[in-house]
Amino acid sequence: MADAKTLAARGPLDGRAAPAIAGFTLTLAPDGARFILRAAPTDAQNVAAAFGAGPSPEPMRVLESGARAALWLGPDEWLLLAPGEQADTLASSLEASLAGVAHSLVDVTHRQIALEIEGARAARGLNAGCPLDLAERAFPVGMVTRTLLGKCEIVLWRRGPQRFHVEVWRSFADYAWDFLVEAARRAPKA
Amino acid sequence: MSGAMRTSGGGRIDRARPLRFSFDGRSFQGFEGDTLASALIAAGVHLVGRSFKYHRPRGFLSAGAEEPNALVTIARGPGRITPNLRATQVKLVDGLVATSQNRWPSLKIDVGAASGLMAPMFASGFYYKTFMGPSWFGPNVPWKKVYEPAIRRAAGLGDPPVDADPDAYAQYFEHCDVLVVGAGPAGLSAALAASSGEARVVLCDEQAEMGGSLLAETGASIDGLSAAQWLSRALATLGGRSNVRLMPRTQAFGYYAQNFLGLNQCVTDFDASPDPDTPRERLWQVRAKEVVLAGGAIERPLVFPDNDRPGIMLADAGRTFLNRYGAKIGRMIAVATAHDDAYRAAIDLKAAGADIAVIADLRAVADGPLPQAARAAGIKVRVGVRIAGTRGTLRVSALGLARGPDVEWVSCDAVLMSGGWTPSVHLYSQSRGKVFYDEALGMFLPGASVQRERSAGACKGTFALGEALNEGALAGAEAAQSSGFPVVPPASALVTGALDASGGTLGDSSGDGADHARAFVDFQNDVCAKDVRLAVQEGMRSIEHVKRYTTTGMATDQGKTSNMNALAIAANALQAPLPQVGLTTFRLPYTPVTFGAFAGAARGALFDPVRRTAIHDWAAQSGAAFEDVGLWKRARYFPGDGEDMHAATKRECLATRLGVGLFDASTLGKIEVVGPDAGAFLDRLYTNPLAKLEIGRCRYGLMLNEAGFIMDDGVIARIAPDRFHVTTTTGGAARVLHHMEDYLQTEFTDLKVWLTSTSEQWAVIAAQGPRARDLISPFVEGVDLSNAALPHMSVREGRICGVPMRLMRVSFTGELGYEINIAPRHARALWEVLWEAGHAHHAVAYGTEAMHVMRAEKGYIIVGQETDGTVTPDDAGLAWAIGKSKPDFVGKRSLIRPDMVASNRKQLVGLATLDPRTALEEGAQIVASPAPQKGDHAIGHVTSSYESPALGRSIAMALIEGGRARIGQLVHIATAAGAIPATVRDTTFFDKPGARLHG
Repeated sequence: MADAKTLAARGPLDGRAAPAIAGFTLTLAPDGARFILRAAPTDAQNVAAAFGAGPSPEPMRVLESGARAALWLGPDEWLLLAPGEQADTLASSLEASLAGVAHSLVDVTHRQIALEIEGARAARGLNAGCPLDLAERAFPVGMVTRTLLGKCEIVLWRRGPQRFHVEVWRSFADYAWDFLVEAARRAPKA
Repeated sequence: MSGAMRTSGGGRIDRARPLRFSFDGRSFQGFEGDTLASALIAAGVHLVGRSFKYHRPRGFLSAGAEEPNALVTIARGPGRITPNLRATQVKLVDGLVATSQNRWPSLKIDVGAASGLMAPMFASGFYYKTFMGPSWFGPNVPWKKVYEPAIRRAAGLGDPPVDADPDAYAQYFEHCDVLVVGAGPAGLSAALAASSGEARVVLCDEQAEMGGSLLAETGASIDGLSAAQWLSRALATLGGRSNVRLMPRTQAFGYYAQNFLGLNQCVTDFDASPDPDTPRERLWQVRAKEVVLAGGAIERPLVFPDNDRPGIMLADAGRTFLNRYGAKIGRMIAVATAHDDAYRAAIDLKAAGADIAVIADLRAVADGPLPQAARAAGIKVRVGVRIAGTRGTLRVSALGLARGPDVEWVSCDAVLMSGGWTPSVHLYSQSRGKVFYDEALGMFLPGASVQRERSAGACKGTFALGEALNEGALAGAEAAQSSGFPVVPPASALVTGALDASGGTLGDSSGDGADHARAFVDFQNDVCAKDVRLAVQEGMRSIEHVKRYTTTGMATDQGKTSNMNALAIAANALQAPLPQVGLTTFRLPYTPVTFGAFAGAARGALFDPVRRTAIHDWAAQSGAAFEDVGLWKRARYFPGDGEDMHAATKRECLATRLGVGLFDASTLGKIEVVGPDAGAFLDRLYTNPLAKLEIGRCRYGLMLNEAGFIMDDGVIARIAPDRFHVTTTTGGAARVLHHMEDYLQTEFTDLKVWLTSTSEQWAVIAAQGPRARDLISPFVEGVDLSNAALPHMSVREGRICGVPMRLMRVSFTGELGYEINIAPRHARALWEVLWEAGHAHHAVAYGTEAMHVMRAEKGYIIVGQETDGTVTPDDAGLAWAIGKSKPDFVGKRSLIRPDMVASNRKQLVGLATLDPRTALEEGAQIVASPAPQKGDHAIGHVTSSYESPALGRSIAMALIEGGRARIGQLVHIATAAGAIPATVRDTTFFDKPGARLHG
C-alpha cells in the first residue's frame, strides 16, 4: 500500500529556476506548519508559552522566536509560522494551551506557500503590484500586513532592510512568482 | 542631408556625435541632443504634415509638448510603429525612421488638399447637422452611404499599428514627500529647497534634458553663473542627494484624488540600443504627500489669415531651436507679435546671423526693455500693425502688414509669432482646483488649492526668471515642511541680464472681420476664427457648446495652443466678459499615453492569475479540455481517441454510473467555521437547521441574501462541537466568505465564532459510482466505510495512503460517492494511486461537463444556472431545506412577502421533449401556445439541457410560471426553426427513490 513516503509531495513552483536579476533574489521559503489563530487579544496570549513567539498585541508587527513567528493580521487574527515543523504535533500543543478560551485555530499549512525576496531591487519589484510605501521609515523591519501583489492577495513581512517574506495562496503562487520576476527585471537598475 | 540651417557653434547638441535618421524616406543627419524637429529644422525642412480636415501643408508650430501640427509616425521595426508622436518631443536616436501623416501620395502633392475646395462641407457643425439633418432618402441614408464612408477614408491621424507590440511595459507605485512636476527654473529651485532636509523628493520632467527654459537661456546669469552653469550645478546638487529622484523623459499626465499622480516615463525610445530587459515605458503611480506644480507656460499663436503655413511658428520656439539646438528657423525672418518676448527671439536670431525683416507689433506702443534692445540692435520695429495674412504654398514666403486698406507684403522664409503666454494650469485643474481669470495679465491662474499642492513659476503667471526661481524655492521649502521635514531656508537668487517682458493678446488679431479668411485657432482640428463665430451665431452660448460644435480643443493636443484664443473669440462674438463664457475642462492625460503603459505587465500569462488545482497537470497530460470557472481552470472532459465533448461526456457518465468515476473537485470553496457559537452562526446564515447537526454528519446548506433569493449552496460538515467544514460553490467562495464576515462583524457581533478560508488547504478528489467504496477502501486507514458506520452525508477524519484526510460521503451524481479532502501537495500522487487502482474497476476520470449532466439527471441545481438572483428556495423546489422551526436566518423575513409566495412565480420543473432525441437550447424561451400571438409573453426559460446517457434521451430543467401546477401539461419552446413541444414534469429524471445514493 502506498503511504506518505511514497505519495510524492509536489508544489506549485516545482521546477522554477531562480531568476538571474542583479539586485534581486527570489526563492521558495522553507516548508513548515502554518496556523491561523483567531481569539480575543488577551485570550490569544495563552499560546505565547506553547508557541514561543507571542501574538503581538501591536498592530502589523511580527514577533519571532527561533524560526517561529507570529504575524499580526488583525485585532484578533495572527498567522503562526513554524518552518520545518509538523502541523499535527504543533496543533495539539497549541490547542492544549488554548483550552478553556474561545478561539479558532485552523491549520493552513498547505493553503499557501512562502517566497523570500532579497536584494537592492526587492522593494521596487514588490512595488510593481503592491501600492504601499515600502520605504523603511514607512514599512520598517518587523512589519507585516495583508496587501495586494498585482491581482493576488499576499501577506507581506519585512524581515530585513532588503529582505521580504511573502505568503501567497497556492494557486496564485506561479502568478506571484512570474509577476515579481517580470517586475524586478523591468525596474530601474538599483 | 544635414545642417544647412545649423549654427556654427552653441546649443546643447553634441556636434561630435552625429546621428543618421530618415524622414519620409530621405536621409538626414542630426546630432546627439537633437529632437526630430530640431534636426529637420537644421536641415531646412519645415513642411512636415498635412492638416486634419483641409490637408493644408503644415510645419512646426512649437518646440514642445503642445505641438499640434508636426505629428509623425516613428517605426522601430515590426510591431514597433507609433503614430501621432510630436516631432518636437521625439528625441533623435541613430537610425530613427520617421514618416509624415495624413497625406497621399506625398507631403508635397496631396490629393486630399482638394478637399479644401469642399470646405463648406466641413464648416463647423457639419457632423452635427449631418447626423440630425433631413433624411429625404430614408433614415440616415445620406450619412450611411455618402458622408460616413467618405469621412472615414479621409479622417484619422496616423495609422494604428497592426502587429502585436513586442515591447515590454511596466508599472510601479512610488511614494514621496514632495513631487515636483517640471524641471524648469521654478521646479529646479523647488526641488533644491525641498530636498535640503530629509524629505524624499521626486523631480520629473517630460523632456530628455532637464532645465526647461534655462536650456535656451543665453542672456541671463543666476548667482553669477550663466544659466547653463547654474543648471548643471543644480542638477549635480540634486543628483548627489540620496533623497532625490530625478526623472527626465517623464510626463506627469494626470492628477487624481488624494495626491495621486500618474507619471509616464519613456525609456527605450530614447535609446538607440536599449538593454533587452528595459521596458519601453514605465507608468509610475505616485502618492505624494505634497506636490509642487511647475509646468511652465505655453506661448499662444496669433490668429490672423493663413497663420498656418510651414515656417510660421511661435517666437519662443524659434528661440529654443536656435539657442538649445543650434538650428535657425530661417534666413529672413518676420516677426508678428503682441508680446515683448518675441523681441528676445528676434534679437538672438539676429545675433546668430539671421536677418529680421521686421517686427510687426500689434500694440500701439512697444517700448519696454526688449523692444528697446531690438531697436538698438538695428531691427526694424513697426507698431500698431494689423496682420493681413501670409503668402506661400509649401513654405511661408511673405507676411502681409495692413495699414488701412493697403497691405504691405514683407518677404521672408519664416515668421515668428507671439500672442503672449498661457500658464499650464492643466494639472492644477485636474486636482479639482478652480482657476480664476487675472484681468491684468489676461490669463487663467491657479486659485485655492484643493489638494496638497502649490504652483510656482510661469504656470502661476510668474514669468520673470528671478521671481520664478524664488517662488519655486519658497514653494519647495513650504512643501517639504508641510510634509513634515525641515529645510534649509533657501537664499534668494540673484538674476542679472534678464530683460523683463510683458504684453499679450487674445482672440482674432486679423481685425477686419473678414469671414472668408482662414485664420486658424485650433491647428490640429482645423478650426478657424470664423467657425467659432459661426457657432455663436447659431446659438451656442457656453464654451462647452462652442467646443463641441466646432471641435476646437478636441484634438489630441486638447487645445493647448488654441483654447484661450477660441474662448476670447467666442466671448467677443457674444459680447460677454471672457470668464462668463467659461473655460473647458482640462482632461487627463496631459499628453497621450500609450495603451502599453496602461496595460503594463498585465498581458499574456500575467493578464490575470490562472488558478490551477494540484491535479491540473495530470489532467492536462491526459488530454483534458479545460473550462474557465472564475480564475480557475477546470477539466471539462477527457476526450479519448476521436471523441468530441459529447462522446467523451457520455462515456464518462456511463462509466461512472456503472463503475466509478474520479473527479477533481478541488476548486470548491471551503470555509472552516470555528468557535463555541459556530453552530448558532451557521443557523443564521443558512436556511437549514445546522446547530443541531451531529458531529460526523453533513447537511446540504442553502444560503439566501437578505432579499430571500438563493445566493449559494454547499455541504456543511460538522467536524467537532465547535468546528464546521463548510463548502461553497467554486465561483462563490470569496463572495460567501465576505457575506459571512460582513454579518459577523456588523450584525452578529455577539457570537464567538471565526471564519478561515481553507479552499486551498484541501484538494478534493471525488470518487463516485457503485464501485467507489471498493476503489478507495484499500487505501483508507482509520475510517469504517461501511454503510452503517459511514452513511450518506457523513464525514470522518482519517488517513489515506498515510496522509491525513477528511473523508466525506457525499454525492453530486446520485451515486455512492466520497469526497477525499487531502493536502494539495499529495493530491496528484493520490490521484495517480487511485487511477492505477481504478483500472480494475473500469474507472474513468470525468470532467465538469459529465458532472453537470449527472447532477441534472438527479435534478440537483447549480447556483447561477438554475438560479439567477431572483429564485427563492420554493421556486427551486428546495422548500424542504428551510428550517421551519428556526426563529430567523438571513432572508427569512423576505420569504413571506406577498410576491415571494405568489402562485404564478417561476418554479423549477423538468421538461421532457416529445421527441426524446431533441435537446433544447439552454436559455430558450418557453411559451404556452405553439403559435404565440403578438403580445403573448414567455412563461419561462430553459435553465439546463443535456442528452442524458443514463436515460438515453434529452432532459431539461426550466423555470416556468406556476410550473409545478403545470406538471403533465404541454409547453412549447420557441426556436428559430419553430416551436418544440415538451411535457412538464418533476426534476428528478434518474433514480427517483435515491437507492443508489445509499448503496
